[in-house]
Amino acid sequence: MRQFDCNPGGVVPVWESGASMDRRGFLKATAAGVGLGAGVGGALGGLSRAALAQGAAARTLRFVPQANLANYDPIWGTQFVVRNASMLVWDTLYGIDNTFTPRRQMVESEEVSGDGLTWNFRLRNGLRWHDGEPVRAADCVASLSRWMVRDGMGQMLRATTDELAATDDRGFRWRLRQPYPKLLLALGKNNTPVAFMMPERLARTDPFQQITEYVGSGPMRFNRNEWVPGARATWSRFDGYVPREEPPNWLSGGKRMLVERVEWVIQPDPGTASAALQSGEVDWWETPLNDLVPVMRRNRNIRIDIADPLGNVGVFRFNHLHPPFNDPRARQAIAMAISQPDYMRAVVGDDQALWQVMNSVFTPGTPNYTEAGSEILTRPRDMAAARRLLAESGYSGQPVTILVAQDLAPLSAMGQVSNALMRGLGMNVDYVATDWGTVGSRRASKEPPGRGGWQVFHTWFAGADCTNPASYLGLRAHGEQAWFGWPSDPAIETGRDKWFAARSAAEEKAACEEINRAAMISQPFGITGFYKSYQAWRSNITGISSGPLPWFWGVSKG
Amino acid sequence: MFAYTVRRVLATIPVMAIVALFVFSLLYIAPGDPAAVIAGDQATPDDVERIRASLGLDRPFLVRFGEWVFRILQGDMGVSIFTNLPVTTMIQQRIEPTLSLMVLTVCLAVSVAIPLGVLAAWKQGTIIDRAVMGMAVLGFSVPVFVVGYVLAYIFALELDWLPVQGYTSMTEGFWPWLENLILPAIALGGVYIALIARITRATMLEVLSQDYIRTARAKGAGQRSILFLHALKNAAVPIVTVIGIGVALLIGGAVVTESVFAIPGLGRLTVDAILRRDYPVIQGVVLLFSFVYVLVNLAIDLLYTLFDPRIRY
Repeated sequence: MRQFDCNPGGVVPVWESGASMDRRGFLKATAAGVGLGAGVGGALGGLSRAALAQGAAARTLRFVPQANLANYDPIWGTQFVVRNASMLVWDTLYGIDNTFTPRRQMVESEEVSGDGLTWNFRLRNGLRWHDGEPVRAADCVASLSRWMVRDGMGQMLRATTDELAATDDRGFRWRLRQPYPKLLLALGKNNTPVAFMMPERLARTDPFQQITEYVGSGPMRFNRNEWVPGARATWSRFDGYVPREEPPNWLSGGKRMLVERVEWVIQPDPGTASAALQSGEVDWWETPLNDLVPVMRRNRNIRIDIADPLGNVGVFRFNHLHPPFNDPRARQAIAMAISQPDYMRAVVGDDQALWQVMNSVFTPGTPNYTEAGSEILTRPRDMAAARRLLAESGYSGQPVTILVAQDLAPLSAMGQVSNALMRGLGMNVDYVATDWGTVGSRRASKEPPGRGGWQVFHTWFAGADCTNPASYLGLRAHGEQAWFGWPSDPAIETGRDKWFAARSAAEEKAACEEINRAAMISQPFGITGFYKSYQAWRSNITGISSGPLPWFWGVSKG
Repeated sequence: MFAYTVRRVLATIPVMAIVALFVFSLLYIAPGDPAAVIAGDQATPDDVERIRASLGLDRPFLVRFGEWVFRILQGDMGVSIFTNLPVTTMIQQRIEPTLSLMVLTVCLAVSVAIPLGVLAAWKQGTIIDRAVMGMAVLGFSVPVFVVGYVLAYIFALELDWLPVQGYTSMTEGFWPWLENLILPAIALGGVYIALIARITRATMLEVLSQDYIRTARAKGAGQRSILFLHALKNAAVPIVTVIGIGVALLIGGAVVTESVFAIPGLGRLTVDAILRRDYPVIQGVVLLFSFVYVLVNLAIDLLYTLFDPRIRY
């Protein structure tokens, strides 16, 4: 019995290759042997294919992502899966590390004037696009201009930008009308849309139109011809990538790819994904279903760990425009009545490692987490007091429309708990079970619930977005301009402005405490808990670490 | 015959037009908004509105329908809202796996179900008959995805004989192609086998009670000759009809089977497009399925003349 590798001229015995042969491999080899009997030419072809397949598999990392990669423009489409895939192709000027500190990435140096209004950036030498052209400052200027239209922090920067222009091939200047202390964080954050750098010809695309080429300067090239949306996307290592010398740390440091090829295998069915991981057909599964984790734990070839320590925040979003939740007392009544353990057990099950109660609007375990003013959440749950408060708000049995997406398991689970909770408070619940596409559309309606509007919907915020106010859209409270639900609370907005102006960690923390106090009174949204998820991978894969997104650099396959 | 065929082919045009109008209208009135899906959860209402405008979704129904029909008449199904790829390209990427799965399933089903149905009719009332009909009931009753999971567990995970998921093109070799399709074809074929086996049995029983069968027996014809030459050929018309109708079952079943076995076919493309409200893709795929179904029915009608010379068009 022989095992073949990718060496077309060599046949390596299995005991020398160190590889093992499974039953399916045996069947394939047998089939090849049958081919040998049928005809030498055909058999040689069969052996060559088997050999190539074995070798290619060893150099290919097969990954099951959280969702389908349906488009590939990280500025046009801001879904997390697009952002995650884009990290392979496009690089950033800065990148945050695991302390949320922005570190230089494509940038070699920066200078800021004493008044904080003029920034001069210099790119690293030798950076190249995947088409071989050098990365120029003009490319970065165009990329930033496109990104600023779509990103929250970018829009703030755009409003205060006086000039953004290249000074030479490697340098560009950014002149502001007002200081913006969070500039480097804006350029290095991981929240969508990320400030990815693209060639100028792509970056000149209208930010509300998709790009048509996928050329970046990141560690992998996108194989567009192999892309089958809904099924597969592949990347090949870009040999012209110039990694930084520093070790990789989240979005910063040297992004050294240790595999030659990354293959995303879209798996619509979690049961199939689990089986594929167990049988070795895929190497790494980003979001295994919690129910399947015990089964996979029994397989000694599979490793399981928390995927993202920043987790997710479960959200009970109120519509602040219409009764009863246009009255803060009704929102406070819900906050008082919510039992986060009930929600979390419905969402992630009984695995205590996966969830915790969250008595703040900021992500637990991060520097800005604070329980200042959170008594409404920390004191014992009091349903009678909540009912009284709801009555004081003027609620008297009108239908309350809750939109519940059934195709996303966490939202479906939260919806069922909310249904019981609101009925327990004596509310007349109009439970709209639908799909996320419909929720996404209907939640944009400001009409009264009886005319196509709504009063409640569930979603979750990525914990990474809730570490500070920078990209925390759900916390915005500037009325009709705010995110769906349109809360209005000047105190939250004032605290947010203070955070952006803060120049030290202590000032930032103080601003976050102010925001939290205000949010606990006005309740822009109810918090249903903080939860994490697992990731699973084959034991021959090394270098996988936790983070707000899957990092492919430093991952190798044994 | 030729005139009939031409008439039937021409008749597909108004059928397709009605399907097109129906699909377009249905999607227009259905809730959901692709712009909201594209923009993501963190998008502002302004972002969603601008994306909607850039996609042309804010224009009147008749304008959008007119443009779409105009493009379809030129053979252009449009461009996917999400992937920015032409719908024809996406269909081309996906048609081989679905076609492979369906052809293999039909071959498997016909080659298993017809002998089983004949056997059950021949051995009517015996344990063999009951066993075949019991299996048919099981085939009808157990959902495709359950059969799929059980097969994958036994033959892929436990025995490691076949892969759990995926699809390999036939251009990569016959065995890699076949090994990925064996389990899905069996899972998808269950209902189909049950349907054909039952109709074969029922039709054969009717035919076997005819006078000419008794005459054939009296003339000393052998059992095999009676079953397969005299009876089965005369029972073929209803069986072929059911095989044709079953293609619709297969299309529906392929959606589930392709998801369970992660086969990148048209079924999954349809589901993904519906969930995202990717209107051009939904419209293109539904039109294609309708066209295929119309053609299959035409082929069945024409096949009648082969099995029953009395039928003339």
